[in-house]
Amino acid sequence: MEDFFQWFRWLYDETGINLTILYDSFDRERMVRGFFNTIYLSLICLALSVVIGLVGAWLQGSPLKWTRRIVQGYIQLFRNTPPLVQMYFFFFALGSLMPRMENEYGIMEPVLSNWHWAIISLSFFAGAFNVEIFRSGIEAVPRSTVEAAESLGYTRLKTYIYVVLPLAFRVCLPALNNNLVNLVKTTTLAYAIAVPEMLYVANQIWSDSVNVPEMMTFLLLAYVVLVGLLVHVMNRWERAMRLPGYGV
Amino acid sequence: MSSSSETAATQATWTPDRPIVSIHGVHKRFGDFEVLRGVTFDVMKGDVVCVIGPSGSGKSTLLRCINALVPIDEGSIQVAGQEVHDPKLDKLALRKKVGMVFQQYNLFPHKTALQNVMMAPIQVLKQDKAEVRERALKLMKKVRLNGKEDAYPGELSGGQQQRVAIARSLAMNPDVMLFDEVTAALDPETVKEVLVTIRDLAEEGMTCMLVTHEMGFAREIADMMYFTDNGVIVESGPPKEFFANPRDARTKEFLGQIL
Ligand SMILES: Nc1ncnc2c1ncn2[C@@H]1O[C@H](COP(=O)(O)OP(=O)(O)OP(=O)(O)O)[C@@H](O)[C@H]1O
Ligand SMILES: [Mg+2]
Repeated sequence: MEDFFQWFRWLYDETGINLTILYDSFDRERMVRGFFNTIYLSLICLALSVVIGLVGAWLQGSPLKWTRRIVQGYIQLFRNTPPLVQMYFFFFALGSLMPRMENEYGIMEPVLSNWHWAIISLSFFAGAFNVEIFRSGIEAVPRSTVEAAESLGYTRLKTYIYVVLPLAFRVCLPALNNNLVNLVKTTTLAYAIAVPEMLYVANQIWSDSVNVPEMMTFLLLAYVVLVGLLVHVMNRWERAMRLPGYGV
Repeated sequence: MSSSSETAATQATWTPDRPIVSIHGVHKRFGDFEVLRGVTFDVMKGDVVCVIGPSGSGKSTLLRCINALVPIDEGSIQVAGQEVHDPKLDKLALRKKVGMVFQQYNLFPHKTALQNVMMAPIQVLKQDKAEVRERALKLMKKVRLNGKEDAYPGELSGGQQQRVAIARSLAMNPDVMLFDEVTAALDPETVKEVLVTIRDLAEEGMTCMLVTHEMGFAREIADMMYFTDNGVIVESGPPKEFFANPRDARTKEFLGQIL
């Protein structure tokens, strides 16, 4: 393994292609951490945005006008503004209003860190799209199927859980997959508030080693692999969920 | 769920000599349009009642009122002595008593035939899974679909799907079964298999209310015929008289067109 890494030092000496993240253990370790931070950020935001989508779609079916309006307002706000502006808004505007707490070293720190704000803003950003996606899926479930559940004694919530969601999910999986892929790509914005994900780490490395082209190439390939993997998993899932004898 | 004492009380008021379904002066409006304009009739336990009438006369609406899928504006509907449109009504208790089968089957396409039959007793009534499974297997046999337990609705013919839908309703052990034009979407060959299933049920003493265009079947199976037009019952009677000498001009005209 060490020989493999050292080959890249030789490559640098011979050709000037400087992949410090391979032969330099310090850079390597921070890039590995950045990689896992990206994955961690993506997974948490994926999960939260799906939850936000489900709850939002449920609330949109509410008989209360104001509940529906608030959800609609949320969707409009997050769909019609750039995600970077949203993140700055959360971190700088809301973040400055947050109370501060003494940390273990006796320094005053905001209760919500840049990590928290990145998770919150990205989840709400992707969640807004998920609400719309789930709602269109729910609307695709025939009213008569819902009625059949009702006539069997299902309550609104139980109908939603056992009948509407499983069917709606299948309808909206392709759109959901698109949005989740988008979300993974958008996690790079967390760079802007110094969350040490891959782009941020790459930036740190190239300011030390002045190897911007190498790092950018690496980043591009890393995302090709990461997103490719996600797409692959989602496609398999889509196939597994396909109903025999049905179009969806 | 309402308290068990309440359920016991309403059940105590119903005795087999009283109608299991009692419909009295029911009015139903959709906006300005009055679909039901004072419908009154009773169904005794074990009876088979057929409702016929022209399209748009309110037949489906009537059935849907009976299991509270749509609210009524006036009048009363009682099932086993329980007022259906009482705001305090425990809908689950009602829907346990009343099974409904639809024209478009409306099976849950993401579940197999057997799972469709098992779902409600497990998820709604919280019954023991093994027990429900055993009962569901028996019901599949009863509707002559043994062997198709693991097929998804999309893999079944219309007639087969409709029989699964019947089994699914029966799994709740209802007192009354409502059938809303359950053969209207089927091709002629498969109509028969569904009708046979319904006849089996009727012969076992299940109370049935059918909306149907199958006049031959109605004549054979019904204890009572009702003809609706424009939201009222125009004529009723035992099938023999009803078909042989209809009194009302509208009934005559309708039967003339359809027979
Ligand atoms: N939810 C609703 N909102 C508004 N109008 C409705 C609604 N449901 C039914 N109607 C109207 O009520 C009338 C009666 O409908 P219903 O479905 O009960 O008729 P039907 O006798 O079952 O007819 P068909 O034989 O065609 O099934 C129709 O004119 C229909 O358009
Ligand atoms: Mg109808």
